[in-house]
Amino acid sequence: MASRPRTLYEKIWDAHVVETRDDGTSLIYIDRHLVHEVTSPQAFEALRMAGRTVRRPDLTLAVPDHNLPTTARLDAAGQPLPIADPESAQQLAALERNAPEFGIRYIGATDAAQGIVHVVGPEQGFSLPGATIVCGDSHTAAHGGIGALAFGIGTSEVEHVLATQTLLLKRSKTLEIRVEGELAPGVTAKDLILHIIGVIGTAGGTGHVIEFRGPVFEAMSVESRLTVCNMAIEGGARSGLVAPDETTFAYLKGRPFAPQGALWDEAVEYWRSLRTDEGAVFDKSVVIDAADVQPTVTWGTSPEDVVAIGGTVPAPESFADPSKQDAARKSLDYMGLAPGTPMREVEVQNIFIGSCTNSRIEDLRAAADVLRGRHKADNVKWAIVVPGSGLVKAQAEAEGLDKVFIDAGLEWREPGCSACLGMNPDKVPAGERCASTSNRNFVGRQGPGARTHLVSPAMAAAAAVTGRLTDVRELAG
Amino acid sequence: MEPVSTIEGRAIPFGRKNVDTDVIIPARWLKTISREGLGRGAFETVRAEPGNVFDDPANAGAPILVAGDNFGCGSSREHAAWALLDMGVKAVIAPSFSDIFSGNAFKNGILTVVLPQEQVDRLMEVAREQPITIDLETQTVTTPFQDRFPFEIDPFRKHCLAEGLDEVGLTMARGDAIAAYEARQSQAMAWYAQGTQAA
Ligand code: SF4
Repeated sequence: MASRPRTLYEKIWDAHVVETRDDGTSLIYIDRHLVHEVTSPQAFEALRMAGRTVRRPDLTLAVPDHNLPTTARLDAAGQPLPIADPESAQQLAALERNAPEFGIRYIGATDAAQGIVHVVGPEQGFSLPGATIVCGDSHTAAHGGIGALAFGIGTSEVEHVLATQTLLLKRSKTLEIRVEGELAPGVTAKDLILHIIGVIGTAGGTGHVIEFRGPVFEAMSVESRLTVCNMAIEGGARSGLVAPDETTFAYLKGRPFAPQGALWDEAVEYWRSLRTDEGAVFDKSVVIDAADVQPTVTWGTSPEDVVAIGGTVPAPESFADPSKQDAARKSLDYMGLAPGTPMREVEVQNIFIGSCTNSRIEDLRAAADVLRGRHKADNVKWAIVVPGSGLVKAQAEAEGLDKVFIDAGLEWREPGCSACLGMNPDKVPAGERCASTSNRNFVGRQGPGARTHLVSPAMAAAAAVTGRLTDVRELAG
Repeated sequence: MEPVSTIEGRAIPFGRKNVDTDVIIPARWLKTISREGLGRGAFETVRAEPGNVFDDPANAGAPILVAGDNFGCGSSREHAAWALLDMGVKAVIAPSFSDIFSGNAFKNGILTVVLPQEQVDRLMEVAREQPITIDLETQTVTTPFQDRFPFEIDPFRKHCLAEGLDEVGLTMARGDAIAAYEARQSQAMAWYAQGTQAA
């Protein structure tokens, strides 16, 4: 066993098997469980009804994000402001009640550390390399950016993890995505993952765990790796992984929940062993040339509907698969776009910089670099910047980025999921377009009838300046 | 969960094919915080039809639902199973089910019985007048008219339903194995065992 070369995924899996059953499923131990207000209420209710407790409340962390308005949370007297939508208020109140009742650490709406669950986990050092991490949310894959095996689960599984700290799972297949060469200047992690999804398709990773390999990922910051792994789910995979390295350790060291002292040293020694062995075999391999990646945007209603910013809206007939042709027709109809239109001529009325894909400090810096000394175009009616957490917000303010955004005519908001999904007050009006740094351009995702173009933070900032989708490299210098 | 042995009573003769989870419980009911109360939203669009089987007083509290092919297709929302439970439905009989739905039903202690179309047609007829009996132990569906239809069920699922075991309960029964893993891990990789206690 020990002599057979193993992939990173296999190493993490093997280290978490409690027991394996005759039918090939394994009981897998879960090291970290993140909980938010949307998918947890029924799980807590079920525990309560059955008289069950949370097995390891200390391995569980709760934080509200999806429903929270991103406007001010306290009034002038420092009192919490009420949440207008009664159903949102009810979900938020349920988490605020359930967490203490079950002994779970809760980071509340007005806590300085509050933020989007997938931003908070790594930032607090709660998410660790080599750990198994789950959350009732599909973008849990993000935590793979620090070398954790992380994936989203349903409400029954949330209950299962709360009660037993385990899940019954079948081993996934492995998919290597190897990117060779170097990214060109102005091309970011977001462009790369959009490009990758364009290549493999939204079903390309189905049944697989992706390991992102090669010099591009090795050179990336942790923030960028989180962006890449965040969207592994959009490529059909349940999780994505980047092997932990010195960059990861430097990022995590000293964070609140990260191990300290001698334990830290032991942990790092172990984490250094978490690399795919020479000669280990992946079930599938895809090689991508970094030189092919341009600043990338989406034209349709699926994350695989991507095109380089210099390209045009494709004709449905250009796709070989008849069902894809059909889907493309429906997409273009919804998006209000005609085949052959240059992407750079597409006007946008809304800009959203935020979400668990792109709301970390590095993302805000990239957007601010484009916006510094510039102003948004007049046709851009609504442009918001939503930091991923209170700590990101404080850091950005310390660097004066908030001033850059405000001077450029953008709004500076409180942390949360915001316009990533139409669950809180931040929505894109029907029929209007939004250049968005989020991860899903599904029909109605940003509000009924809203038209989403997925882009990187720098590209969103460039679109704000010109009022249309723009190659950020045109604005450089 | 309640152990399942015999389910006996009125059966709602619904019979429709390809009923998706949106029909079982429309999306607007998903922003709830409870598994209970979803019965009010169950089959909302069907209930808007005059003379529908769900609002027939004869079917009030019926523990069985008879449906058509591919019941429970569409989105994976577990709310569909919760809505049926809240209506008082303990078993659904149909020629076929979507996999995700039958998994969710099982997790919530609802028995899904697969029978050939002609037997389902016969049960639709009976259900309008008379009760139906499902016996899990003998794996049969019977009517007061001597009909006797055997059905298949996965032995593991049968065992769980009969004993009232849910997946959480089953895994909790492996508590010793989990504790042994935790003991090993706290020796070899103590940094994972710390969690939020680290701060
Ligand atoms: S930011 Fe968007 S994708 Fe991320 S957790 Fe929130 S709603 Fe989900």
